[in-house]
Amino acid sequence: MSAHSTQGGRDTHTAPHEPVFTGDTRARLERLFALYPTKQACLLPALWMVQEVRGWISESAIGEVAEVLDLTPAYVKGVVTFYTMYHTHPVGRHFIQVCTTSPCNICGAEDVVKALLQATGCGELGATSPDGRFTVIEVECLGACGFATPILVDDDFIESVTPDTVPGILLRYP
Amino acid sequence: MGYPHPSHPKETVVLSQYFGDPEARGYDGWVKRGGYVALRKALGMTRDAIIEEVKASGLRGRGGAGFPTGLKWSFMPKEVTRPHYLVCNADESEPGTFKDREIMRWTPHAMIEGCAIAAYAIGAERCYIYIRGEFTDPLRIVSAAVEEAYAHGALGADAFGSGKRIDMVLHRGAGAYICGEETAMMNSIEGKRGNPRIKPPFPAAAGLFGMPTTINNVETLTAVPHILNRGAAWYKGLCLGNPKSTGTKLISICGHVQRPGNYEVTMGTPLKDILYDMAGGPKPGRTFKAVIPGGSSVPIMTREEAEAALFDYEGIVEKGSMLGSAGMIVMDDTTDMVYQIWRLARFYAHESCAQCTQCREGTAWTTKILERILAGKGKQEDFQLLLDLSENMTGKTICVLSDSCAAPVVSGIQKFRSEFEAYIAGAREPALAAV
Repeated sequence: MSAHSTQGGRDTHTAPHEPVFTGDTRARLERLFALYPTKQACLLPALWMVQEVRGWISESAIGEVAEVLDLTPAYVKGVVTFYTMYHTHPVGRHFIQVCTTSPCNICGAEDVVKALLQATGCGELGATSPDGRFTVIEVECLGACGFATPILVDDDFIESVTPDTVPGILLRYP
Repeated sequence: MGYPHPSHPKETVVLSQYFGDPEARGYDGWVKRGGYVALRKALGMTRDAIIEEVKASGLRGRGGAGFPTGLKWSFMPKEVTRPHYLVCNADESEPGTFKDREIMRWTPHAMIEGCAIAAYAIGAERCYIYIRGEFTDPLRIVSAAVEEAYAHGALGADAFGSGKRIDMVLHRGAGAYICGEETAMMNSIEGKRGNPRIKPPFPAAAGLFGMPTTINNVETLTAVPHILNRGAAWYKGLCLGNPKSTGTKLISICGHVQRPGNYEVTMGTPLKDILYDMAGGPKPGRTFKAVIPGGSSVPIMTREEAEAALFDYEGIVEKGSMLGSAGMIVMDDTTDMVYQIWRLARFYAHESCAQCTQCREGTAWTTKILERILAGKGKQEDFQLLLDLSENMTGKTICVLSDSCAAPVVSGIQKFRSEFEAYIAGAREPALAAV
């Protein structure tokens, strides 16, 4: 883990790049190689590891991933930007994803979004609150339509959120 | 047991028997409930015998396409001269669908056992379980269950002392609806963008890493141990009249019903029973307006069509839609159909992988036209334009994502035209600001 890491394991420094794949993380990557017949197939898991350690995937991290997997940075960038869950810029300490696809939409998801934007101080979707605590985004179907509205706060999947329950939920994420 | 509601008397509880029972999650708890008997049995059978049993059961793919499972397995080469792979599709992302999530959260070993049996049957030593990135709880629970299964010898180089190797690898998705399409999923596992591949070659000939591959949905694989334990005849007998649709089906119901959640029914159950008895009907003072019966990719049904349908593959087709994943989105009389159809079109526009012109342009253009109508700027010609676009988006692309966008648009215009007319005529307040 990088010397600049915050307590939560997230590092939002942009430069200089300190390698992610050293020590334990390197060992985890090496173990992955045994699970797939090609190094390229380790790309998605490797990107998850970068995001876990640093909180987002920077240009220099893309370069490092390319190097450890014998790929080109351009190729890795193409893959990173295809998937919505990889952050290509720093985000708040807590990342909130709100489902607003039709099944949740008809159950009031838009009001949940409004409540979250207001209570977090983010103001608009994709923005980070001035205190750096939260980023809120809208996402397509989270696959829990019977529990509208589901949200993901970091890795916590929270069901049946309403505007009324938003403040209480946020208290759990200092 | 039921989850999040107790089982309804009209349900036929097979796969969902232990939903809501935390003890069923662990290896010991699962074995106590009859788990891993089917895998031991399977490992003593020939591969052909397992495939024949699954064929005879009539089991069809539960992910959406409804393709006969045994037949799919039989397409794999008989001789194993190079690696074969099984992929378990746990990328459940179809709006309205949340059944595989419950299988993984409550009975992960049921899925693992089904995967192990299927892997052996198709000559695969390795199974990749592709779980969507947002499913953090299923990822944690299945990961722990796989470790337990290894520790108890159900998986590994010598599964239950049979001399057969069965390995299981969890692969986490990273946010892309299209990766639920089988060839896109293979690309995603290979470390590529999730673009669907042109078929042929079909996965059984050249799939994951170019090797013979079978991809099955979580629910399909979870049904397999039950078929081996109780026999194909028992499974085939779970059918209320139409022998082409057999077994039980998990239904996810969401939207404007009193009791949203998962219900398990015998194929052929009247859809009306599901809507009113199990899901509790509409909220007080309201009536149903529309039902999307198979996940958002299938045509919208009116209340009358839905109430008259029998719930199986053919029964839903007869009433103008498809069973799909059985993720049922129910909308009552307060619903603005134009707004919801726009919201669905926006979903497909967002999720298009953008390889095919008809899809990349068509989904975005459809969304913009619907936005214009909702902003009170629609024109009469927009009806024909939307229908022309939909025609060009149907049957013309590598995968069916753009067909799925066209389905709610075309059926919506056919069945709820007056709601579009109201926006175009200015008889209804614009729902969106003009852009």
